[in-house]
Amino acid sequence: MKINASCVIIGAGINGCTLAYELALNGMKDIVVVEKNFIASGATGRCGGGIRQQWSTPMNIKFAVESVHIFEKLDEMLNYKTEYFQGGYLILAYTDEEVNQFEKNVRLQKSLGLEVDIISAEQAKKIVPRLNVDGVKAATYCATDGHANPFYVTQAYAQKAKELGVKFLLDTEVHSIVTEGNNIKSVTTNKGNINTDTVINASGGYAHLIAKMLNIDIPVKPYRHEILVTEPVNRIIDPMIISFYHSIYFRQELNGGILMGQGDPNEPSSFNVEGSFPFVQEVTSKVLKLMPCLKNVAMVRQWAGLYSVTPDAQPILGPVGDFEKFIQVVGFSGHGFMLAPRVAQHLSNYIINGNTSYEMKELSIKRFENAQLNVDVNVV
Amino acid sequence: MGGINIMELDDRDIIICRCEDGTLADVKDAIHRLGLRSVEEIKRVKRFGMGHCQGKTCGKIIAQIISQELGIPYEDIKPATPRQPAKNIRLDKFANYNGGKNED
Ligand SMILES: Cc1cc2nc3c(=O)[nH]c(=O)nc-3n(C[C@H](O)[C@H](O)[C@H](O)COP(=O)(O)OP(=O)(O)OC[C@H]3O[C@@H](n4cnc5c(N)ncnc54)[C@H](O)[C@@H]3O)c2cc1C
Ligand code: FES
Repeated sequence: MKINASCVIIGAGINGCTLAYELALNGMKDIVVVEKNFIASGATGRCGGGIRQQWSTPMNIKFAVESVHIFEKLDEMLNYKTEYFQGGYLILAYTDEEVNQFEKNVRLQKSLGLEVDIISAEQAKKIVPRLNVDGVKAATYCATDGHANPFYVTQAYAQKAKELGVKFLLDTEVHSIVTEGNNIKSVTTNKGNINTDTVINASGGYAHLIAKMLNIDIPVKPYRHEILVTEPVNRIIDPMIISFYHSIYFRQELNGGILMGQGDPNEPSSFNVEGSFPFVQEVTSKVLKLMPCLKNVAMVRQWAGLYSVTPDAQPILGPVGDFEKFIQVVGFSGHGFMLAPRVAQHLSNYIINGNTSYEMKELSIKRFENAQLNVDVNVV
Repeated sequence: MGGINIMELDDRDIIICRCEDGTLADVKDAIHRLGLRSVEEIKRVKRFGMGHCQGKTCGKIIAQIISQELGIPYEDIKPATPRQPAKNIRLDKFANYNGGKNED
């Protein structure tokens, strides 16, 4: 294999595929996506598919709100049924500190144009009548939040990108990046070399390993995150429900299955993506407290994927180190599916026109040189 | 008695994944039009194998179809990644599990 490419995108997850599409749509030719497995085989195909705008930093909110505008038109734009559904997100507060934090979040979110409200436990029960609201002090609700099927969304972008001429090399693993001075010369894979001067790191949980190929350290670490799904049942939950207090979230898929996941603060950084039994025990006992009516519903499958986490739970975008054309779209910290559509537009504008947007400046790796980071606390 | 000659059935009438309502025509479309090459990919993109039986019924049949359509020996076709639980289990059984003591 000997190929010349205008740019090589490493990783065919949601970020690699949205960016390939945006670059091709805006006229770039000879784009190559290199993927060691298959499309959406990484975090993307394992994620909860949630699309929420209720974050606690301006950048996460902005990218999510603007991505929702894209999701709303996506099926038409890409000619694919992606199961996008705006059933809202309901976030429960159990302590006074949480209520204070949520009030702060909602003020910020509203100032950025989001329609979101603090509601009472009774109002939350109106939205999900089967929810047990014992102990709930308040909640926030945004009706335009929602979810989509991550395989379908990624497939939709990849399919359109192919139609626009993007080449996808599947089962192909990047082993090294060849440089001369501060310039990239080529990418070496298990199937041969690709000549290029631009490399995009969209490798999800493996991002730090790709950066290491150029001797660059980026503050992104992989952590296993577990999730399970039940058999389909009648429609009982429209919104995604989150409790930071219990460190859980759950929602109902359009086909009826209930999806539930849990964040574990004691999980060590690793590449482990095996499902574990303690997770199933913990998440089911917490969810059954909130939704006792699910007790007779059967779990059909559990799995896990990697969160790639940065110190402030916001992605790193743009070039790093001395290489102007080694561009990161990494570190999405558990919310990369929902931010990808808009992030790709900013990056494509940078790569094609050289425009560094305000958002890209804010999310450049340089922010970690500051002592004061704006950390998003709204994470599970 | 007329009966049905199975050799004359349309691909769209041959159910391959009964849990997720997938026909032979759907599987062939996934292979040839969408370019999917494995049981795992077809499971993820088409949901065939994600239904109630979790692919216990359709997994091997889909492997056979891939083998025929792409001319790959059947032995070389990997099954989808096995996922727990092996059998569907009620959520309260997990939530109340106490290490196997005094199980109801
Ligand atoms: C259980 C779970 C639930 C989640 N829930 C949500 C949610 O509800 N909403 C949300 O927005 N986000 C969620 N996320 C986060 C989301 O999945 C990720 O942020 C997003 O999918 C990242 O996409 P990506 O394209 O950057 O990375 P990935 O999808 O991981 O893609 C990276 C790709 O790079 C490939 N790759 C790596 N190294 C190499 C190499 N050397 N050569 C070639 N290819 C390589 C990998 O095989 C992989 O396919 C969740 C994540 C998990 C694990
Ligand atoms: S027959 Fe395909 S999942 Fe059951």
